[in-house]
Amino acid sequence: VVKLAEWRGKEIFHRYGIPIPKGRVVRSVAEAEELVHNSTLVLPLVVKAQVLAGGRGKGGAVKFASTPAELRSVVSGMLGMQFKDETVKELLLEPKVEVGRELYLSIALDRSAREPLLIASRQGGVEIESMADDQLLRIEVHPFAGLAAYEKRQVGAAFGLDSPASKELGGVLDSVWKVFQQEDAELVEINPLAVVDGHLLALDAKVIIEDDAGFRHLEYSDIRDDRTPLEELAREKGIAFVQLDGDIGVIANGAGLTMATLDVLAQFGGKPGVFLDLGGTDDPAKVTEAFLLMAKARPSVVFLNIFGGVTRCDTVAKGLVAAMALVPESDRFPLVARIRGNNEDLGRQILQAAGITALSDLKASAQAVVAAERPRAAGKAPA
Amino acid sequence: VTVLVDAGTRVVVQGITGHQGTVHTVQMKQFGTKVVAGVTPGKGGTQVEGVPVFDSVAEAVAKTGANVSVIFVPAPFAKDAFFEAADAGVSLVVIVTEHIPFHDMLTMYYYGRLRGVRIIGPNCPGIAAPGKAKVGIIPNVVFRPGRVGVISRSGTLTYEIVNGIKEIGLGQSTCIGLGGDPVVGTTFVDALPLFDQDPETDLLVLVGEIGGTAEEEAAEYIRHSFSKPVVAYIAGRSAPPGKRMGHAGAIIARGRGTAASKLSALQAAGAAVADFPYDVPSLVAQRLKEVGTR
Repeated sequence: VVKLAEWRGKEIFHRYGIPIPKGRVVRSVAEAEELVHNSTLVLPLVVKAQVLAGGRGKGGAVKFASTPAELRSVVSGMLGMQFKDETVKELLLEPKVEVGRELYLSIALDRSAREPLLIASRQGGVEIESMADDQLLRIEVHPFAGLAAYEKRQVGAAFGLDSPASKELGGVLDSVWKVFQQEDAELVEINPLAVVDGHLLALDAKVIIEDDAGFRHLEYSDIRDDRTPLEELAREKGIAFVQLDGDIGVIANGAGLTMATLDVLAQFGGKPGVFLDLGGTDDPAKVTEAFLLMAKARPSVVFLNIFGGVTRCDTVAKGLVAAMALVPESDRFPLVARIRGNNEDLGRQILQAAGITALSDLKASAQAVVAAERPRAAGKAPA
Repeated sequence: VTVLVDAGTRVVVQGITGHQGTVHTVQMKQFGTKVVAGVTPGKGGTQVEGVPVFDSVAEAVAKTGANVSVIFVPAPFAKDAFFEAADAGVSLVVIVTEHIPFHDMLTMYYYGRLRGVRIIGPNCPGIAAPGKAKVGIIPNVVFRPGRVGVISRSGTLTYEIVNGIKEIGLGQSTCIGLGGDPVVGTTFVDALPLFDQDPETDLLVLVGEIGGTAEEEAAEYIRHSFSKPVVAYIAGRSAPPGKRMGHAGAIIARGRGTAASKLSALQAAGAAVADFPYDVPSLVAQRLKEVGTR
């Protein structure tokens, strides 16, 4: 997923006509001072760290500045600060406003209903998880019909707004729906949607773009989410790679089989540290890449569990044999291979010729993996 | 009558000239499926593995009587391929393609409903009824005709379990891989009544995974409306919360979609729950014995 920073979300809001404060992004104290000096921004300002984690207000990632001296100290204090797992590199500076009311508005996918779900609440400004269920208005939005006028009236009634905010609401709702559909969003959330001087104003923006829609949203291609460097490298090679807390490396094909493999290992006391899903491939080179990636993670033992379908057993065997010749001596790891399915016999022969005996029983293989774990000497690769 | 595909199934392969399209055309034919046509715009008039290729699905349907389509075209073009199939009048479309944006899938799903076209998938292995027809990519070697139905959200894990059923000497009536994407054309709840009504299915194996609430909803349906014995397995019991486990759907978020919640719902619905994939076949045999069918 591509989680957009607040300022990027607000940039999108602005493009779709959702009112936002007139703010600017800065990456240095000098930039912030210059914006005030040339009157682009006028004190007092709110300074917001552009991190993706929630709870910024309580965590010191949102502060106010009323004087040039305060601005300097707040900006220099916040830039480079560690907030949860993120380092603050960008700040959003916005005029401080007098907030009348705080509302909540979002659209996300409801998988069960197979429909987008709009959620609105008159009690915004807190995380939705902490809102009481009876305070939430839920409206399933049909993708063909969009938001109907009567549905917008329901939201209006839930918010209980006065003019002019009440008159602005329809436009905001239409725009949020358009952002959700046209930007291929998984989530569009405005929390709070504030009333300021009687007008609606989006004081925050949380927009998550779906990965699979990347082919038509190249503008987001430079945004990294919370992947580790190895996860990022794997992604570039089209391999699903996830780092967990243990030491065992798992290479399997298919998400379900990979998860089942982890479950079976856990049953026998094994702690998976990295798993790598080959997906469907008939390219031995991709399998080789997978093993080379795995070696970089310095696993205690590697469990290869393949059920051959699109990814045939012989393809995997060839890729594995090629990888073994390329992995440097220092990165070698014990290996347990288990293959079943398409071209199983051929795969078994190829591995045998390279001195690798492939097993076929899943349970016995998992037990062999746990037994083969080597003690960890060199330590774990940095996550 | 079986579940969705049978000896009368006539398949058109959209994207037949692509590598996967060609490979699986051969496999489907070897399974005994009537693959009657392929479609790749601009390649009409050629042949792939003895199957005539047409420029459009409408032409393929008109000339060959195709009634089921399988889509192998890349994700950016999948929506258009589906519209074409639905407009040409096929009744079932199996979408193998992965990484289709869910916004596209929402559009396809509702368009399919308007046109009376069922979708299996996307990002799915498809459907197979041994001895009758296979539409999709499940390896032929795992099947043997029999009376166990299988529905699953996974791919290779399904193969693993179907193969296990074969290895203890039982066989399958129909097996459907629904796909693990956030929006799928056919859910467990959509598929359950088909197996309940199928005279060739004695028992159903349900293979789920963490994330979402599809298994909980299936359990609710089974409890109230499903008359046959069910054996269930859920993958991902050891998965940590918040990590995306490969399938877009396979994530435990905000405490929802855990293996524990799915397992207890299925148990409460009377399903026999297997702890691990290799426990499924013996549970199937045991349940069949209990109900006195074969």
